[in-house]
Amino acid sequence: MTSSDTRKSLVLHGVVLVLLFAVQFAASDYMTLTLTRMMVLAVFAMGFNILYGYTGLLSLGHAVFFGAGVYGAGLTIYHLGWPVPLAFAAGIIGSAVVAAGIGALALRTVRDSFMILTMMLSQVGFLLVLYFNTVTGGDQGLSLPQASRVFTLAGASVDLAQPVTRYNIAFVLLLVTVALSFTLLQGPFGRVLRAIRENEARTEMLGYDVRRAKFFAFVISGTVAGMAGAAYAILFGYIGATFTGIQYSIEALLFTLLGGAGTLLGPLLGTVLMTMLIDRLSEITSAYFLWLGFILIALTLWFPKGLLGAIRQRWLPWLT
Amino acid sequence: MGLGPFFFLATLEGLVQASVLVLTAVGLALVFGVMRVVNVAHGEFFMLGAVTAWFVSSLFPDHPAIGFIAALVVSPLFVGTVAFISDRLILRRLKYNAESTIVATIGLLYVLQQSVLMSYGPDARPVDPPFYYTIRLPWFGYSSYKLFVIAAAAVLLGLIWFALKRTRWGLIMRATQFDSETAQAFGIPVERVYSAVFAIGAALAAVAAVLIVPIQQAHYLMGTDPLLLSFTVVIIGGLGSIQGTIIAAVLIGLSDGILSVFFSPTLAKIVSTLLVALVLVFRPNGLFAKARR
Repeated sequence: MTSSDTRKSLVLHGVVLVLLFAVQFAASDYMTLTLTRMMVLAVFAMGFNILYGYTGLLSLGHAVFFGAGVYGAGLTIYHLGWPVPLAFAAGIIGSAVVAAGIGALALRTVRDSFMILTMMLSQVGFLLVLYFNTVTGGDQGLSLPQASRVFTLAGASVDLAQPVTRYNIAFVLLLVTVALSFTLLQGPFGRVLRAIRENEARTEMLGYDVRRAKFFAFVISGTVAGMAGAAYAILFGYIGATFTGIQYSIEALLFTLLGGAGTLLGPLLGTVLMTMLIDRLSEITSAYFLWLGFILIALTLWFPKGLLGAIRQRWLPWLT
Repeated sequence: MGLGPFFFLATLEGLVQASVLVLTAVGLALVFGVMRVVNVAHGEFFMLGAVTAWFVSSLFPDHPAIGFIAALVVSPLFVGTVAFISDRLILRRLKYNAESTIVATIGLLYVLQQSVLMSYGPDARPVDPPFYYTIRLPWFGYSSYKLFVIAAAAVLLGLIWFALKRTRWGLIMRATQFDSETAQAFGIPVERVYSAVFAIGAALAAVAAVLIVPIQQAHYLMGTDPLLLSFTVVIIGGLGSIQGTIIAAVLIGLSDGILSVFFSPTLAKIVSTLLVALVLVFRPNGLFAKARR
């Protein structure tokens, strides 16, 4: 990739982020709330995409990392009364630890076994949440106490009941994730990951430490997903077992596939489109899962590269 | 009731579980072994088989035995056809690529499950057993239908075994499993074999479901547990190996019944899932596998 390509790509990402920031001044309260949720889920999908889109490893259990973030942040607030920033950090660290543990096990396997294993280990996380329901609230979940909705950061008081505050926190989260992914994936490390995706054996032959690179990709991917989970718990004040369930793993996959795996903005686009589509469809039919199924099949059949993947192939080869 | 008879009862219940499980899991193992496809929708084929059985038997409200026999014929045929069509329309076009097929079968799972929810509804519905005879043992009475399930599963397994090892069809299937390219070079229509295997795998799940609905009601979410259990069995038995799958299904069906007496079901699930995950990591060819080619 030449430096002019990088510049074009940087400009595009900058424009998208500026637009997203500007939307809050025009959006209704409902729209603001929906967009806040979309941005957090997009960060989750972006985390997933680091592993699937860039490294070529399909995990079917990313909900466990999202859930680790949700519970890492939520439980420290609920039971220990930790301040929000500290709880947020706990969520991130918790998911990094879970990702390191699962990664160490799962990366010993390949292809089908890797997919089944990530799904199973994620299921263990879900069952653990149910089993320790006296602590986690199980299926019913827990609502975080009102007192934790207001906190002070660097002298300023932050009120999480304000939609605009939540929107901007989610925006900053997205900004950080995009910036981090951009530097990480456009650099040498990202090139090694893509080399692994294209041909793992050759990458190893060329002398790269494939195991280490895959492990780091796994941990970073899981941690970003966990960061989204921690933010979700804090912003919306609710934690529950569904966040660790298989459905969330599939949604991260769906958002990424729709927007385009292996493109930076693909997961964001996929999340926005899918959420809007579901919003529209729910006025006509309640069969959300039926559409989810059809779209998954249609994407694999006719659109395996996703929207941005197809656009990159046809028109914008510089797209990252 | 003393410990001995109690254990005997648990063993019988475990054998019923194992019988249904072994048929479902062999279907999954066949598909994985021959096609290298991880069929996440397998549990939904099971569910579809159960719901079809309810539908067919409800056409004969006064003759449960006729309804049952009709279900035993219609349900596997119907489910096999659905699977055949899914293979033609979806899997074949994906060229049986591992990642794409797993994603597509996840999609298929949701489509089947929701279609049944929208047509059949959210209720669990019972199916009458074909006969109601209770066998009086010295310690407890036991449903003769459950014994019939065990016997039926054993007979079916024998048939599968014979078909795979002694017929021309089985030979073609095994040749395709062993090396699909060479098989193709020898004039075996590999794609047609794949469609047939996918249909047969689904039909086996449907047969298992027809056998279980008189004991357990038909419900649109009933596919999840058989799917997870079948995966467990197939992994422990060695991915794709039929013999290993049968041994593992009997072991797991038996121990599942006995374990859940002593532990909470959630804890039992956690422990068993973790153990199976470890088998997948450290013994990827299964617990009783010979060295892989």
